[in-house]
Amino acid sequence: MTDADDALDPALREEALESLLLERGLVDTATIETFIRTYETAVGPMNGAKVVAKAWTDPDYKQRLLVDGTAAIAELGFKGPQGEHMVVLENTPSVHNVVVCTLCSCYPWPVLGLPPSWYKDPAYRSRVVREPRAVLREWGTDLGPDVEVRVHDSSSEVRYLVLPERPAGTESLSEEDLAALVTRDAMVGVTKVAAP
Amino acid sequence: MTTPTLALDVDGPAAPPRSNGELVFDEPWQGRAFGLTMALVDRGAISYDAFRERLITRISSWERAHPHGQGFSYYRCWLEALEQELAASHLVAPQDVSARSAQFAVRPPGHDHGHDHGHEHDHGGGHGHGHH
Repeated sequence: MTDADDALDPALREEALESLLLERGLVDTATIETFIRTYETAVGPMNGAKVVAKAWTDPDYKQRLLVDGTAAIAELGFKGPQGEHMVVLENTPSVHNVVVCTLCSCYPWPVLGLPPSWYKDPAYRSRVVREPRAVLREWGTDLGPDVEVRVHDSSSEVRYLVLPERPAGTESLSEEDLAALVTRDAMVGVTKVAAP
Repeated sequence: MTTPTLALDVDGPAAPPRSNGELVFDEPWQGRAFGLTMALVDRGAISYDAFRERLITRISSWERAHPHGQGFSYYRCWLEALEQELAASHLVAPQDVSARSAQFAVRPPGHDHGHDHGHEHDHGGGHGHGHH
């Protein structure tokens, strides 16, 4: 590798940028590492799964969640960057919601963590708008012609969380057991939640 | 905006940032770039919205024209957007980043550059989680 190639290496440029910012007192290592650790390990789809499971088992909570997503999600302690304006979309037998960010990768961090690579990928971002049923079919989500598909673009202040349908046959499960069934992909709306 | 409190549940049944079969960051520098950006936003040095506008522009530029065969790298766009925002805010000039990168590029192997990028070990064994 030549020096010029090395200078383009993003790892090297990131390290250079970080060292300059540290020298100038604009950041400190502890804060940087807290953010990394938080989003690597402490904030993720299990938060959204708890929201969904509570909505499935507590009709009053579900009502509050659909009326004011931000407030109802904050009741469970989930708030922070990219969760300031949350809207919860309920999937039903007749309406299937799916979420995208067409311009970049806006995503509800407090309930789902950072987005997976496929969500950031140019192919998903353009195709799910153009041909949502085909994209959903590739995810194994085959929707009948009578089901209305709604695609929601997050490229504004709003961040969406899909409230998937509760699978049949789960009446006896506890809230905790239900939460374990809920996947990230179902909360973006590309899949449904499967029965255990 | 405040720094989120850590409530680590790394080993519990709900360790899920990774539970959907994918690491949050593919390479350590991506996590560093993310943490760096959030630390700057947290102290008000840059605005997230301004950064996001630049990120959107970087992504659409890449989509319009990119070297043949080059795959999309979200965090490469992220880092470029961050550099641009810092330059526009007169906090770090691009030539300073290039000069420092060039210095780092010629370090001898096994150098110790004073701070621990210590996420390598987290990621080393992680590829087994892949979703199949």
